[in-house]
Amino acid sequence: MSWVWDNTDAIVRLTIEHVWLSTIPIVLGGLLSVPVGWLANRFRTLRGVILAVVGILYTIPSLALFVLIPPLLGLPFLSPLNVIIALVVYAVAIMSRNAADAFASIDPSALRAATAVGYGPWQRFFQVELPLAGPVLVAGLRVVAVSTVSLVTVGVLVGVQSLGYFFTDGFQRRIEAEILTGIVMTVFVAALFDAALVLAGRLGMPWARLAMARAGQEVS
Amino acid sequence: MIEYRRVHKTFAGGNVAVRDFSLTIPSGSLTVLVGSSGCGKTTLLRMVNRMVEPDSGSVLIDDEDVRQRDPVTLRRSVGYVMQSGGLLPHKSVLDNIQTVSRLVGTPKEHSRQRAGELMDLVGLDSTLATRYPQQLSGGQQQRVGVARALAVDPNILLMDEPFGAVDPVVRRDLQRELLDIQARLAKTVVFVTHDIDEAFLVADQMVILREGAEVAQQGTPEDILSNPADEFVASFVGHTTAARRLERSDSHPDVVVDTEGRIQGRLER
Repeated sequence: MSWVWDNTDAIVRLTIEHVWLSTIPIVLGGLLSVPVGWLANRFRTLRGVILAVVGILYTIPSLALFVLIPPLLGLPFLSPLNVIIALVVYAVAIMSRNAADAFASIDPSALRAATAVGYGPWQRFFQVELPLAGPVLVAGLRVVAVSTVSLVTVGVLVGVQSLGYFFTDGFQRRIEAEILTGIVMTVFVAALFDAALVLAGRLGMPWARLAMARAGQEVS
Repeated sequence: MIEYRRVHKTFAGGNVAVRDFSLTIPSGSLTVLVGSSGCGKTTLLRMVNRMVEPDSGSVLIDDEDVRQRDPVTLRRSVGYVMQSGGLLPHKSVLDNIQTVSRLVGTPKEHSRQRAGELMDLVGLDSTLATRYPQQLSGGQQQRVGVARALAVDPNILLMDEPFGAVDPVVRRDLQRELLDIQARLAKTVVFVTHDIDEAFLVADQMVILREGAEVAQQGTPEDILSNPADEFVASFVGHTTAARRLERSDSHPDVVVDTEGRIQGRLER
């Protein structure tokens, strides 16, 4: 335990760093995958192509991607941007299929009704489709959040500081408390993101719980 | 006034939904398009607000071809009530009713107030305002659908099997209330149903359709019931069934029976 008390500064600093490194890919990945998922759902022929490409992206090992990005994009090898870009790629890879499913989950009669009462195409997207896809999108973002938070730790191998530092440093110096702290704090950050997303979903979409409860009733 | 001029519609796959259909629907009347499912009646309805575009021919509202109108503004100006209400599940009852008035930019306060009045008109308790559609019964959802369609006070109301998804008792209530509302507001209503009893109850004018939206007969319910044009109409309106053929009872001149001798009611005149 004494290791923890002696290193609170580092723990706080790296936790904040970790949250920061995770937030950008989660937000950006979520935003980018919405149009991709929408297109995949709207144009069935495109769906196969899009989903195949994002599927392949996801199979690239994270460390390889961290190392590949600097020469590909002409970035310095030690820039945190490398990790962020790689994590955005993963987030989009996970989230696109999910976003396509989210748009597919919308009751088509609600969309027809929206058109029939006079929503223009953009209004329909932002005021009807996006909110109705919301519950499935949030569910997907929760997966993305947890995956991103854990992948950020790998970034330490290419010199990007995060809670992952406690793993490498703890292993090299054989300090169990340090490794354990790294694990606990990473799980804590992941839980934090998850809780934030669940809360945002509940507050932003009070109707969704009713819909799900009702669907549950119909199933049972 | 709505006018169909020789409209024709073939869907992808070669299914002819509407074949050379013409009809004039006078303003302020309730016209029912009735026919079995797949006869093209819903397609006809959807042509009015350009949800479906005819291949040939034209649809006119007050002598203006609907193709001259922007589809989105046209749809906002025409009330549309669909089966099961067609409500937006993520909006409260009050917001659902305000959908169209907000789309056309009615100020918030005015729009809310109007939505409140409409809830009253369609018989919805004001405590339901903050509920979501899933929390309502089928009949209540349908009332919200009617209120939404009336929100911007359109001249035309399109009703697509509006009461098809509710149980028969509630359906009778809704039909009667529709007649009350229509008596007060006198909209030009196009009403689609496959339920001949519903058609007889609500129609000023009814049009019986065969497959391909071919007009089998057109007229008032009284015309059609008393004088069916052919076998198809007679069978469709139930002329051949016992319940529609009533006669005076032999034993009691004031009592009416059907052809199987079941007592159906009492003659008042």
